[in-house]
Amino acid sequence: MTGDKPISGNFDTFPKLLAENARLRGDKPASREKDFGIWLSWTWGQVAEEVRAIACGLAALGVKRGDKVTICGDNRPHLYWSMTAVQALGAIPVPVYQDSVADEMLYIYEHAEAKFAIVENQEQVDKLLEIRDRAPALEHIVYKFPRGMRDYDQPFLHLLADIEDRGRAFDGENPDFYQSSVAQSTGADTAIMLYTSGTTGRPKGVILSFDNLIITGRNGVIRENLTEDEDMLAYLPMAWIGDNIFSIAQAYVTGFCVSCPESSETVLEDLREIGPTYFFAPPRIYESLLTTVMIRIEDAARIKQRMFHYFMGVARRVGMDILDAKPVPLGDRLLYWLGNILVYAPLKNVLGLSKVRVAYTAGEAIGPDIFIFYRSLGLNLKQMYASTEASVFITIHPDGDVRPDTSGTPAIDVEVKIADDGEVMFRSPGVFQAYYKNDQETRDTKTEDGWVHTGDAGFLDDEGHLHIIDRSKDVGKMTDGTMFAPKFIENKLKFFPHIKEAVTFGDDRDYVAAFINIDLESVGNWAERRNLAYMGYTDLAGQEPVYKLISECVAQVNADLAADPHLAGSQIKRFLILHKELDADDGELTRTRKVRRAIVAEKYADLIDALYSDKDHCPIEAEVTFEDGRTGIINADLRIWQAPLSEPRADSRSAPAEAAE
Amino acid sequence: MTTERKFGDVLLDVEGVSISFGGVKALDRVSFDVKEHEILAIIGPNGAGKSSMLNCINGFYHPQEGMITFKGVPRHQMRPHEAASQGIARTFQNIALFKGMSTLDNIMTGRNLKMKKNFLWQALYFGPARAEEMEHRAAVENVIDFLEIEAIRKTPVGKLPYGLQKRVELGRALAAEPDLLLLDEPMAGMNLEEKQDMCRFILDVNDEFGTTIVLIEHDMSVVMDISDRVVVLDYGRKIADGSPDEVRANPDVINAYLGVGHD
Repeated sequence: MTGDKPISGNFDTFPKLLAENARLRGDKPASREKDFGIWLSWTWGQVAEEVRAIACGLAALGVKRGDKVTICGDNRPHLYWSMTAVQALGAIPVPVYQDSVADEMLYIYEHAEAKFAIVENQEQVDKLLEIRDRAPALEHIVYKFPRGMRDYDQPFLHLLADIEDRGRAFDGENPDFYQSSVAQSTGADTAIMLYTSGTTGRPKGVILSFDNLIITGRNGVIRENLTEDEDMLAYLPMAWIGDNIFSIAQAYVTGFCVSCPESSETVLEDLREIGPTYFFAPPRIYESLLTTVMIRIEDAARIKQRMFHYFMGVARRVGMDILDAKPVPLGDRLLYWLGNILVYAPLKNVLGLSKVRVAYTAGEAIGPDIFIFYRSLGLNLKQMYASTEASVFITIHPDGDVRPDTSGTPAIDVEVKIADDGEVMFRSPGVFQAYYKNDQETRDTKTEDGWVHTGDAGFLDDEGHLHIIDRSKDVGKMTDGTMFAPKFIENKLKFFPHIKEAVTFGDDRDYVAAFINIDLESVGNWAERRNLAYMGYTDLAGQEPVYKLISECVAQVNADLAADPHLAGSQIKRFLILHKELDADDGELTRTRKVRRAIVAEKYADLIDALYSDKDHCPIEAEVTFEDGRTGIINADLRIWQAPLSEPRADSRSAPAEAAE
Repeated sequence: MTTERKFGDVLLDVEGVSISFGGVKALDRVSFDVKEHEILAIIGPNGAGKSSMLNCINGFYHPQEGMITFKGVPRHQMRPHEAASQGIARTFQNIALFKGMSTLDNIMTGRNLKMKKNFLWQALYFGPARAEEMEHRAAVENVIDFLEIEAIRKTPVGKLPYGLQKRVELGRALAAEPDLLLLDEPMAGMNLEEKQDMCRFILDVNDEFGTTIVLIEHDMSVVMDISDRVVVLDYGRKIADGSPDEVRANPDVINAYLGVGHD
């Protein structure tokens, strides 16, 4: 059978791989999408024809080799096909985050000088019309869904279905065009350009070649033994490197089927219906799944609660060892078997994770409790350390040796070393070509012999596992010389389900102070249980009982920190709960939800001053941006609390948390 | 977006309609017409007779005087389901959904009048009944897609927030594929974002399906934004009828409704 081995050989671009898949498994499903409540599917043969039609249509529209074509929208098969179609012409697809506001998009259009845009719907078209005057390179806009577009009669707007029709006509007149165009590209050519969000400064355009993506994707396939029978749900942004590896490179190399959800709100239900075997999610998704489960358990009947807690105890004791095929006493094995029938299997089924063989998480640290929860249920969840500049894989947890406190061992063909200053560096076939129009930054990041600076501080342990501590530049010193690793502390805070986001300050300060964002769902449920009335986030965040709840979390983190002689001095002395959630629309987070420290520090300078004074409250007026771009003002008077500190103990060393980029 | 709007012939003609309950004259010789493809708003203070007017149009009340002509056919004692089968659908001021049923099932009830097979066929769920069920499900899915409520397809409507319940109710009315859609305070109790969404949907319904819409609404900015014409009622009498700008400038309206000081 063909499905056991990934395709290799001369198929060194996605259009070539597509043709090979259509030949090997033309009748097997390649793409699925739920529309009007029904799962529709397209075989590899059909996808090859669609891609050919789109490519020829774009050629008829004027797309030439080397042109940049932006792709923007939710995960839709037609948008994925458009990427391959653009590559078939030797042009370069530039996927853009679909929730970017118009101004953020403008930067990318100016910088990439994109001449064409292929977008999902009216919402995206409207954003482009808004910036069109300022992005003179943009010539044509192609959209997939005609809904609401009735009154748009601009000649540069085209319906994708019309482009496909034009393409079929063009193909009829020039039957050799497509083949010869595909044959002109090779693995060394640019496959894609991705803009990294970047916690500082402007986004950078990362240029990746076909070889980068295809070789890295294939190595990942070999490491996890993926086959053509995998199922995966493509629900993370197409502009993110991971989606390009998982839903495109690996799918094209092995020939498995990629399903697109009905809408971004239906992902959890679609997950249940598809039952993926290969799954990626950032930590916050695993966290929110777990939060939902815990809330529902709290509302369940007493007998169910007791059953759940008893068997979760069993799972915590032996589940990880069973999954890692380590020896476990027979009695525990039997209990675990019973627990699987009564609790674990039904729970995984509800979450849509029953069939998962390999699940990954990366991007941020995942709480050890959460990680252990899923693994003890028998879900093969692994952490990896990934970056856009590496075409995803740097290190991955190996089967049978998964530890919550590490990021795993280097992936196939990847070399990892620690620089003298503690920075993690890597070299691999996936190393990016360059930053677009930014030679200085390219030279600063990539050495002559191909090593890439990650900007993360970390160390390799004796067994070859990589530990990440923090972003190198974020690690600072307090006035008394104590090391201050903000992300390390923030992650400890965020591991509490009640805390959604935290920002700590301490570099060059006498003590550490923190901003906290509560998790509205989790704290809201907690409040309802106590008959605590609230009107919304701002109101709930300011209530005294909530402060008390959070204060207990902070106290525990302090106790943890106190256990480590190096970090005992960086306990959190004062904290406040912010009146609004940090949001990417306000520029406080990146689109991948990482905190932009500099912007937060600038925007809330008054609050930081108050944290380092003896005030017990601080008034604040903040501007918020609504989804439609309008702005409004939120007024609040924030309390500032002292957090309970712990006496330094020198018994056990706590494990450094993960901070993968 | 500001293309010239085109209207067709008169779809609904209300001629001198009066109705009283005991001694209260709810409607007093009210006349107006609605053209095809038009969005007409009926406004007025509480108790002005707005809901009574809608109830007359969809056959729930029978006018004691006057005549209502729909699609050129004068009507006499008509029952609501007859009005519905002629192509009039409505939503209610207080949401009237089946709380325990899913969004999907609620919208499916809007297809009720279009189902040809009788109860027995449906119970057997076989052959033609099955084909019919699939056809109706497809129509319902169209509405779900249009209103962007895929995520709540299987949620019991009782568990939904108010704004979404209103949207489901609009979905049920749309499932009947009406020519005339009556909306009784579609934005009542909504927050700003929900109102904006609802406005968008009303305009889209009018635009995509060409549905004629008569709506009652208290939020003046909404009324002025989306309607082509406004009829103002006060104590059961019509005191103004015209474009939003004309009505806004009408001294009678200002006096009765917008409430400028009496000196």
